[in-house]
This record gives sequence, structure tokens and C-alpha cells, in this order.
Amino acid sequence: MSKERIKIAEELFDIMPVEYQDLVKRATYGNGQRGWKDIGNAKELIEEHSLCAGCPESMAFRYILASLPNPEDTVMVGSTGCTSLVFPHVAVHNIHSLFGNQNAVASGLKRALTVRFPDRHKDVVVLAGDGATVDIGLDMTLQAWFRQEKFTTICFDNELYANTGGQESGLMQKGFVAKMAPVGKTFEKVRLPEIARESGCHYVVNCTVSKPNLIEKVIKNAVHVAREIGPTYLQLYTPCILEIGKNSMEGLQEMRDSEKPTERFAYKEYVSEPAKELLAELAAKEKERKAEAKKQLAGQSA
Amino acid sequence: MAAQASFIGQKNKKEQVYTDPWHMMNEAPRTPSFFTGSEVIKEAVRRASCDIMVAYPITPQSEAAALCGELFAEGYIGDYFRGESEFAVMSQCAGAAFGGARVFTTTAGPGTMRAMENFPMWAGARLPIQMIVTCRGINSPLSIQPDTLEISYLMQTGMLVWHAETAQDFYDWILKGYMVSEEPDVHLPLALCCDGFFVTHTKDMVDLTPVDMCLPPYDPYRSPVPCMDMECPPVRMMRDPFVMKSNYISYATHASWQQEVWAAVERSRKHTIRWMDGLIDADDTDADVMVVASGTAVSQSREAIAMLEEEGIHVGLVKVKTLRPWPGEEIREATKHAKHIIVPEFNVIGWLAREVSATVPNNERIHAGPHVCGGMTMPPEIIAAEIKTVLGVKAPSLAGRGG
Repeated sequence: MSKERIKIAEELFDIMPVEYQDLVKRATYGNGQRGWKDIGNAKELIEEHSLCAGCPESMAFRYILASLPNPEDTVMVGSTGCTSLVFPHVAVHNIHSLFGNQNAVASGLKRALTVRFPDRHKDVVVLAGDGATVDIGLDMTLQAWFRQEKFTTICFDNELYANTGGQESGLMQKGFVAKMAPVGKTFEKVRLPEIARESGCHYVVNCTVSKPNLIEKVIKNAVHVAREIGPTYLQLYTPCILEIGKNSMEGLQEMRDSEKPTERFAYKEYVSEPAKELLAELAAKEKERKAEAKKQLAGQSA
Repeated sequence: MAAQASFIGQKNKKEQVYTDPWHMMNEAPRTPSFFTGSEVIKEAVRRASCDIMVAYPITPQSEAAALCGELFAEGYIGDYFRGESEFAVMSQCAGAAFGGARVFTTTAGPGTMRAMENFPMWAGARLPIQMIVTCRGINSPLSIQPDTLEISYLMQTGMLVWHAETAQDFYDWILKGYMVSEEPDVHLPLALCCDGFFVTHTKDMVDLTPVDMCLPPYDPYRSPVPCMDMECPPVRMMRDPFVMKSNYISYATHASWQQEVWAAVERSRKHTIRWMDGLIDADDTDADVMVVASGTAVSQSREAIAMLEEEGIHVGLVKVKTLRPWPGEEIREATKHAKHIIVPEFNVIGWLAREVSATVPNNERIHAGPHVCGGMTMPPEIIAAEIKTVLGVKAPSLAGRGG
């Protein structure tokens, strides 16, 4: 198991940073049942972050990192933006190289890991903002899907360029007045989830990060489908409270308001036929495991 | 961390023996073969134990990139695919190298320029990717003809930049290039340049190493920076991302890392000198006139020098093999007796002459030119005429040639 890989020599244990000691003692690498409920009970794979107070992106980061099914063999790829301020604090290997090239980097990375570790699963997960995914990087986002590259693409959709100070992006709503959209954005929010489906993604979800259990489910599904079948795409609403004029404590409500059935982040899901089969198989196995655990528990107490 | 045992003596799945690179390149028997430059690239890559090659069509490198695809189909390369643009291809190469693969790619002219944002990133991330650059025009209107202007941009990226003269250089330097750029104290990408068409599309005799010998595989755990494969501890990289901070520590960190990249370029010198027998080749350094050239300008200069020799004019020659690291000391030494230094180039700006000017004392000795560009050839006669003009010897009018 992977804790072997992060173990500290006994003689040197006490001089390592406390957060690293914590990772060795209390992180959830290798725990097949890890999930968002470990937050608060186990060492998280994210240390501090330098995002704004109350930023929904920070919640999203914590849920995602708690939900990765196989963090000890996962490499993440980021891009430029607020996410790139968080990745240096994340305890899975991650790559930042340029702005917008994340799906190209992930394509090369996934293929390299497949060549180097033919008998093991090495998951690759891309996490980038909407500017990186849909504007500057759209070509590479789509081409990776056309080629059926086996990794997950997560887009933190805050509907603008947050890190540069709130400029118009392709995923911004029509009519929104922002920097570089001085009279309001003149065209509709790009429909990337539909484009993802048409481009060959096998599992596509559009939702907010208001519900950690939902995020856990879609992350696990997306990573498993990408590992076994082909590309997957998650578009998660992580509003930039600063740029839409909200206060620190209002992010959650903003997400809840935006996920109502008629709103643009109402839960939407697309699952391809092979992905459906795989997810059913995984669900059956999980059910079996739970039944077995229950039986054992009953046996112990008897 | 997965320790990697020596692979020397073992066989790969194509029955090639992982061979001590020094033995393979310098002692093993060679077979003379008549190949185009593109085919030579394929034969070198066949013996290079590459994990990943990413391809994209652009003249004049398309043939070489496609031939590497055949190598993949035959099982000599771990994975191979066509990217969607040079910018994407170079990022795909980066991803593969971050993941611990030995990576190979090829590009040319406008492709080099489109991908440019990647190159300082490759150097800064210490990715020992090898990129063949078959130089061609980058100007408008559209040109596909030979022109070396793009090299001047590559020279500022922190990559190693070598300039091959012949197909034989190409063959040897592809293989030796991995040995230099993968050294732990170097670990930098290499742009291995040649003049498009002149080298890629002409046939030449090339002495090949045995086909059943190949380089040992790349060991990513010799890298000075962690390989992104989750096989070594995923330490938190920094307490505060430096991009965020406007303070001295942040600036100092960025500054020292840039300095370290260029220091690594310098550290490649000793390995390059050993593998390539020096950063320059110098002939007749006692001559009053020295030509300093790189790429096919060297071949043309050699012809010009032979022509002048028949007329009793003695001229020496410096072949510049590596542009980064820059062989400043070597060029100073080789030109110290020269009264005139001629720098012929296949580009309009004369970047090599600028570099030489910044290197040698008394640089009024330097005559930048002749320059040809946009696909023009460089007949030896124009080099000879330049030298005669410099010496005050009457040269026949070139415009009247053949008239």
C-alpha cells in the first residue's frame, strides 16, 4: 500500500513538518472507502489554501480530494487561475505548466503512465477553471475527448475570469456586465456539457458543489469511468463570490439558488451505455461488500 | 521510490540489447547506409528507447514524424499519436516527460513559433525532451523553404540548442543528445536543429550503429525534480505559491531558479565536450581569415574554402556545433589570430554574427554575411566573394555568373 511510499525513516520522523507527519499517520491513502465524511476525522490531502474566505472553490477542492478513489496513484493536472494557488498545498502529485494546455498535458501524462506502469491503474484528473477549459484551452479540451483519452476533466465554472479580476468568459451568462463585457455579455453561456457528450465523453455531470455526498459520487463515477472506458467531464459551479458581489457566507446559498430545477446548474447527467454497465457493476460490488461487512459485524456481535 | 537496476545487457521486446551508450556510439561497428535525413531520424529513434513520440504535420519534418509512426507500429516506441497543433504537441510532450517518459518530437518553422510558450516551461520544469527542429521560413508571405531564423528564438529559452550540419551529425547527436540532456546535473530539453530540406530531403552516406543495440531506458528517478507519478512522496511543494506574492522571497526564488536553469545549460558543457568531441570543430586556426558557421552554412563554407585554396587564399573554418551552451571560449581561442572573421548564415538577421560579435575581442574583425534567406541557397561562390571583398581582392561579379 501507498503509505509505504510516504513513510518517514524513524530517526528523522520528529524533524519533518507536522503536516507531513500527519499525512503519514492520519491520511486516507489506500482506503477504498474514503470519502467526504473523512473531512474532520482524517488528515486531508489539502493543507491550507490561499483562496478568499468562503470561496466555494475551496469547498470543492476539499470534497474532490476527499473523494478521489485512488489518491495514492492519482496525478492531477491544473492550469493557471485560482486553482493554481491551491495546488502547491495538495498532497497528490500535480502539474502546472501553462494556461489552457491542461488536457494536452494530461494526454501525454496518462499515456506515459500507461507505458511505464502497464499493470497498474494510474488515474489522471484535470482540474481547471472555465477560462482554461472553455476559452483558451477549448481546442485541447475537445481534442482530448475526440481521441478518447482516459482521464477526467473537471471544470470549476465560476462564469468569469476570477483570478485576473472578473473578466468575461465563455461560460458567463448572457447579459452579465463584467470587465471586457462593458455593455453585458452578448452571447449565450457555452453549452459545454452537451458538447462534451457529443465529443465522446462517457460520463458528464453539470451541478454545483453544494452537496458533498453528491460530489463524492460524481467524482468516483467520473474517475472509474475514465479509468476503464474513456473521457469524463464534470462542470461544477463554484461561484466567485467576490466578483458577483456576494459576501463570504453567501456562497452556499448562491449555489443552492442556482441548482433549482429551472436554473442553469440544475443537476444534469449523461452516462454512455458502456459507462452505465460499468457503474452498475461497481454498484453491485459495493452492495455485496456492504452486505458482507454487515454479516461480519453481526457475526462479531453474536 | 522504485529503484531502477541497470538494464545494460538485457533485451527489449524487439530483441535489441540495451547497450552501454559509450560503447554503442564510439566502439561498436558502423554500417554505411545511403539515407535521407528523415530516414536517418527514424533510424536514430529506432535505437533511442523512446517511450512517447507526439507528431504533427508541418513541412519539412512531416516525413520524419510519420516514419517514427512506423517505428511505433513495429513496436519500437511505447506510444505515438498525432496532436492537434504544435502548441498542444509540446504540452503533450511535457505531460509525458512530467510522467517520467523519454520523449521525442519534431517540428519546424511556424510550428516552432506556435509552440514557443512551451519551451521556457520545459526548461523551467527540467524536462529532458528532445525536439528535432528542421528549420524553415517563418515570415509572411507563406514560405516552406529553408531559413534558420527560428533558432534565434530557441536560443533564449533555456533549452540546449545544437545545430547539425549533416545527416551523420543528426544520427549521432539524437542518440548522444539524450545522454547529455538526461544527466542529473543538466536535465534540460534539447532542440536539435538542422536546415530543413538541405538535411531532411537529401540523401547522404551515414554510418549507422548496429540495429540490435539501443540506448538504456530513461531513468526518471535520476531527475533533479520529482517525477509526477506518485511513486515518491507527494510533498506539499511550498507554503505560499510564489505567483501570489509580491515580496523579496518570491522574486528571489524565481530569479534563482532561472539562474539555475542557465547554470544547468553551462553544466552540460562537460558532458557535451566528452560526447561530441568539443562544442566546435576548428580547422586552420592560424589563417588570417576564419569562417565561423553552423548548420549547412558550414558545408558551403568548406566548399568556398577549397575554391579559395586553389587561388592561393588560405582560410580557416570554425564549425559551431552547440549554440546553447555557447562555445564562447572556444571561438575566442580559434579566432585569436584571425584578422577577418566571416559569418555566413541562412537568415536575414544574422543571429550567429551577433553572438560571435558579443564573444570575441576586436569585433570590427567580424563580417556578418553573406546572408541568404527565404529558401535561397548559399552558393560557395558568394562566400568566396565575401572573403575576397574583405581582403580587397577583385571578385568577379556574381550577377554575371553564367552570362
